[in-house]
Amino acid sequence: MAAEANTDTAGAAAPLKTPLHARHVALGARMVPFAGYDMPVQYPAGILTEHNWTREKAGLFDVSHMGQCFLIGPDHETTAKALEALIPADIVNLAPGKQRYSQLLNEEGGILDDLMITRSIDPDEDGALYLVVNAACKDADYAHIETRLPANVRLVKAEHRGLIALQGPGAEAALAAIAPEAAEMGFMSSRTMKVAGIKANVSRSGYTGEDGYEISAAANRIGEIWDTLLLDGNVKPIGLGARDSLRLEAGLCLYGHDIDTTTSPIEAALNWSIQKRRREEGGFPGAARVQRELAEGVSRIRVGLKPEGRAPAREGTEIATPEGEVIGVVTSGGFGPTLNGPCAMGYVAKAHSAPGTQLNLIVRGKPLPAVVATMPFVPNGYKR
Amino acid sequence: MAETRYSKDHEYIRIEGDVGTVGISDYAQSQLGDVVFVELPSVGKALSKGGEAAVVESVKAASEVYAPVSGEVVEVNGELEGAPGTVNEDPAGKGWFLKIKIKDAGELDALMSEAEYQDYVKSL
Repeated sequence: MAAEANTDTAGAAAPLKTPLHARHVALGARMVPFAGYDMPVQYPAGILTEHNWTREKAGLFDVSHMGQCFLIGPDHETTAKALEALIPADIVNLAPGKQRYSQLLNEEGGILDDLMITRSIDPDEDGALYLVVNAACKDADYAHIETRLPANVRLVKAEHRGLIALQGPGAEAALAAIAPEAAEMGFMSSRTMKVAGIKANVSRSGYTGEDGYEISAAANRIGEIWDTLLLDGNVKPIGLGARDSLRLEAGLCLYGHDIDTTTSPIEAALNWSIQKRRREEGGFPGAARVQRELAEGVSRIRVGLKPEGRAPAREGTEIATPEGEVIGVVTSGGFGPTLNGPCAMGYVAKAHSAPGTQLNLIVRGKPLPAVVATMPFVPNGYKR
Repeated sequence: MAETRYSKDHEYIRIEGDVGTVGISDYAQSQLGDVVFVELPSVGKALSKGGEAAVVESVKAASEVYAPVSGEVVEVNGELEGAPGTVNEDPAGKGWFLKIKIKDAGELDALMSEAEYQDYVKSL
């Protein structure tokens, strides 16, 4: 027996550890190298159980490996415009205490990374934007951003902070029990509050398709919040394995797989993340490509795929027409525990992208029937 | 009494006369995690020692299962189609993959005994 596919691995350097590393080991997690960090892929309960627990109750994830930083300028408009020069989202009109998803683009309109951007709700912090970027990209992102900032805006890495995500229908009750203000928050909003007595930045967001929160606090205190949340009988620790199956069912892109420097946000079907003003005005890297693709359409586009049998189609699987013409490739695929069946996403020629289109996935040389499906595969539970 | 032998790739073969029942070891299932799909060969297929016999998919990854000896597939475990988790629950029993008519009993000598395999797993 031999593994064909495995999780991401980084270079040979000693892996980094998050502030919660010792807790994962004590909880019996199976640790794997991921983006340069030694991270829990699963706890003893296993990926299926962890996935289902998150969908039914509340899962607690360590996402401290992700890159947290601040852009700090003299006022909101200055900082927002500095960031808008690098991304296609409207940040100037982002209200205090609100969050937005966007992408760092290169000059060709390819995606360097995807990220979350939050404007502080605190008037004293007007001019500060909080960014969360992917672990594997963070050093490159910081260098990319820093060299393109005007003199009056600076990037401050927040490496002294930890980050955890509490996700699932039980997340609100679990967090509100130790931070009552959390219950008042709307989706994609952010506040500073005491969580279990510790100052934290809390946003109502996540990457599982479920209602939930991300909680950022000082690295030397995040463990106390983690421990306190785990005292709740509805909260269990969840590893990267279930995080991946949850985000796949939610139809959310994984950087380096579903999106990369060759894909544009329009090909990736992320049009919703580009607000009207930016579409019209442009003024971001790759704007010419993005505006052209918005006007004329794209030749290939990211779609959801639902295999008809039980066999999962993994990343790299060729997508073909029933006649045998290869028209694309799977970028993420596996078994969806909530779906109780396989699901995948990938890029196909636009002509074959309509939901309901019959295609074949070439798994181990055999064409297996699949249908283009609307995403998310599992309805999201966001608290609007 | 049936004797069970193991490959270094964590397949087992339980030998009864000239037929062997093939599956993966308890160690292998624990390393794989939750099994969600098993692709089995068709009955009648000729397998060669070390060649691909089946594919077992966990939530995370697909893994090949190799034939521990050469021979012809005489039966496959159709129960796994509807209940792939049986591989996790009872790998040595109801979680078997296939039965093979052993072509050359001499090939069994290269496989590990139960005691040898347990030592091998401890060394990993």
